[in-house]
Amino acid sequence: MTKVPYEVYSEEVEALSVLSPEGEIVNQDLMPELTDEQLKEIMYRMVFTRTWDDRAVNLGRQGRLGFYAPVSGQEATMVGSVYALDKEDFVCPGYRDMPQIVWHGLPLYQAFLYSRGHQHGGQIPDGVNVLMPQIIIGAQILHAMGIAMGYKLKKQKQVVITYTGDGGSSEGDFYEGLNFAGVYKLPTIFFVQNNGYAITTPFSKQTAALSIAHKAVAAGIKGVKVDGMDVLAVIKAVRDAAERGRNGEGATLIEAVTYRFRPHSMSDDASKYRSKEEEAEWNAKDPIVRMAKFLEKKGLWSEEDTARVKEEAKATVNEQIKKAEKTEKMTVSGLIDSMFEQTPKHLEEQKADFQ
Amino acid sequence: MAQMNMKEAIRDAMRVELNRDPNVVIFGEDVGNVGGVFRVTEGLQKEFGDERVFDTPLAESAIGGMAVGLGIQGFRPIAEIQFVGFIFEALDQILVQAARMRYRSGGKYTSPIVFRTPFGGGVKAAELHTDALEGLITQSPGIKVVVPSNPYDAKGLMIAAIRDNDPVFFMEHLNLYHAFRAEVPEGEYTVEIGKANIVRDGSDVTIIAYGMMVHTATKAADELEKQGIKAEIIDLRTVSPIDIDTIVNSVKKTNRAIVVQEAQKSAGVAAEVIAQINERAILHLEAPVLRVAAPDTVYPFAQVEDAWLPTPARIAAAVKKVMEF
Ligand SMILES: Cc1ncc(C[n+]2csc(CCOP(=O)(O)OP(=O)(O)O)c2C)c(N)n1
Repeated sequence: MTKVPYEVYSEEVEALSVLSPEGEIVNQDLMPELTDEQLKEIMYRMVFTRTWDDRAVNLGRQGRLGFYAPVSGQEATMVGSVYALDKEDFVCPGYRDMPQIVWHGLPLYQAFLYSRGHQHGGQIPDGVNVLMPQIIIGAQILHAMGIAMGYKLKKQKQVVITYTGDGGSSEGDFYEGLNFAGVYKLPTIFFVQNNGYAITTPFSKQTAALSIAHKAVAAGIKGVKVDGMDVLAVIKAVRDAAERGRNGEGATLIEAVTYRFRPHSMSDDASKYRSKEEEAEWNAKDPIVRMAKFLEKKGLWSEEDTARVKEEAKATVNEQIKKAEKTEKMTVSGLIDSMFEQTPKHLEEQKADFQ
Repeated sequence: MAQMNMKEAIRDAMRVELNRDPNVVIFGEDVGNVGGVFRVTEGLQKEFGDERVFDTPLAESAIGGMAVGLGIQGFRPIAEIQFVGFIFEALDQILVQAARMRYRSGGKYTSPIVFRTPFGGGVKAAELHTDALEGLITQSPGIKVVVPSNPYDAKGLMIAAIRDNDPVFFMEHLNLYHAFRAEVPEGEYTVEIGKANIVRDGSDVTIIAYGMMVHTATKAADELEKQGIKAEIIDLRTVSPIDIDTIVNSVKKTNRAIVVQEAQKSAGVAAEVIAQINERAILHLEAPVLRVAAPDTVYPFAQVEDAWLPTPARIAAAVKKVMEF
């Protein structure tokens, strides 16, 4: 095709993939370097996350959890992307991205406390480089860019990853973050989990761009698209992006094409906006099934392993939710005291109403 | 007359105006196909088509700016901001651009926009979904702020807001969407913006409230009545502008007042009401006017929400204080 000189490069991009839905390697060159132990650990985390999600939805129905956004279907993007990073790297999540910060070190019972609306849920332990899930869509993208600027100024080799959805990629904050990261060549990884819907709004009504990855072009950063149901492809893409960041080559926008099997939140009904056929089509791409097939062929995994991990996960979730439930309740006085380093006089007075 | 809850009443108002005026358009995140996260606009896209009721991408500033642009074009946009805490993304468009359009263009352009948003505590929602941010909006000139407390008012105020040639910020309390049904007339009627409503007659003290707090104050007044104290309750309905005449007339009768707001205490609507009472009725007062409000902290995580929000007991205690002053 001859290019018109004033036309911006705008062809379809293909998503990076390593595993086929049948668990066959389709792109040996792109296979990330991982030991057998690492492969099993990644599988363990995905199965654990699925079980945790199932339990969380039930706990929510029983009134034992509060705000919770389901994640099933997105295990490959969530588990794979943080797995590809170092402990010292920083994670800035959106509201659905609890698994990433838990796998990066936030104790699970604190995730439950956060969901139950307890302040202590957000008291991140020292040495765990994460923010709490952000409710304002897009705000965390700018924090990630700023944290990356900090690493750059301090001449540290860490990278920062931040997450949003296909919906989040429409916010002004998203573009501002990308643009700054481009200008300052920041070690930021903008990871968009494109699960096809923003609450009820389909991707086709979110953007007219060919892909979200294309949006990197305007910011002068690297944009890549990856099969988000393929954990190995996700790891490959994030590792490459992290390496670029550490080498001073700047930011990467990664669009991972994925699907959440459950509705947007526990209170909505997906049948109002998605079809059964579509759901079935995506079920067939289940990232856990795909990885299991791959590992089974290598003799690294079996159904018994899956069953064992599920039991372990259930036991851990039960123990951690109990720990959350036993944590001393917050009080309004405690809340008032947490506003400032030194509680001002008028707030001291206001405490009287609550004692 | 039909029985409607507040959500149905607001929807009915929008339907009436979509039918009456081809310039009315509705848009926002998820408002079209499924009718919004609270289904307030449910069915309207089916009825009026996706040129008049449509989903937007997830971008509040663009939603606000589109409303401003459509206003310039002569439309009457109803823009939904999905939850109150997300107005911050759009505040430049709402408070700076829309609210100044008439002034900046010497009246050539106006912003006949309704910004609708759910808000209001006690539902244990995620952060920034429930905050009572009306004080923030009322501090800005050029925009009216409406907070209905019942289905009848909600419909009449919504129709008035859509017909208003200036921007109106319309706040719908989450706890009131389904709380109860009431008689709501079919078809058109308006409730005047800027006019308060005396919802309970009393002679001993005036309780000024709005939104959900009208109901909390009513519970307190029931308790107080058992103890022989007759409270008059005024529902502001509109917090900008404030109907000071209705308040002053009541205070002249009762000589005592308290103001209840769900929002944090300092520098809010209650402070404004008290300042205006001082300006116009200080010699009629037997006691200082007290505020019952949330403490000056961020809106708390769900655990302490119920203790943090004003309760009937705290309202009754404040009334006792002014009675015994
Ligand atoms: C600034 C802002 N606007 C609106 C919302 C309400 N909201 C919560 S989730 C959501 C859709 C997000 O979709 P997407 O970014 O695709 O992420 P997904 O939920 O699909 O993972 C919306 C509109 C919000 N939290 N913040």
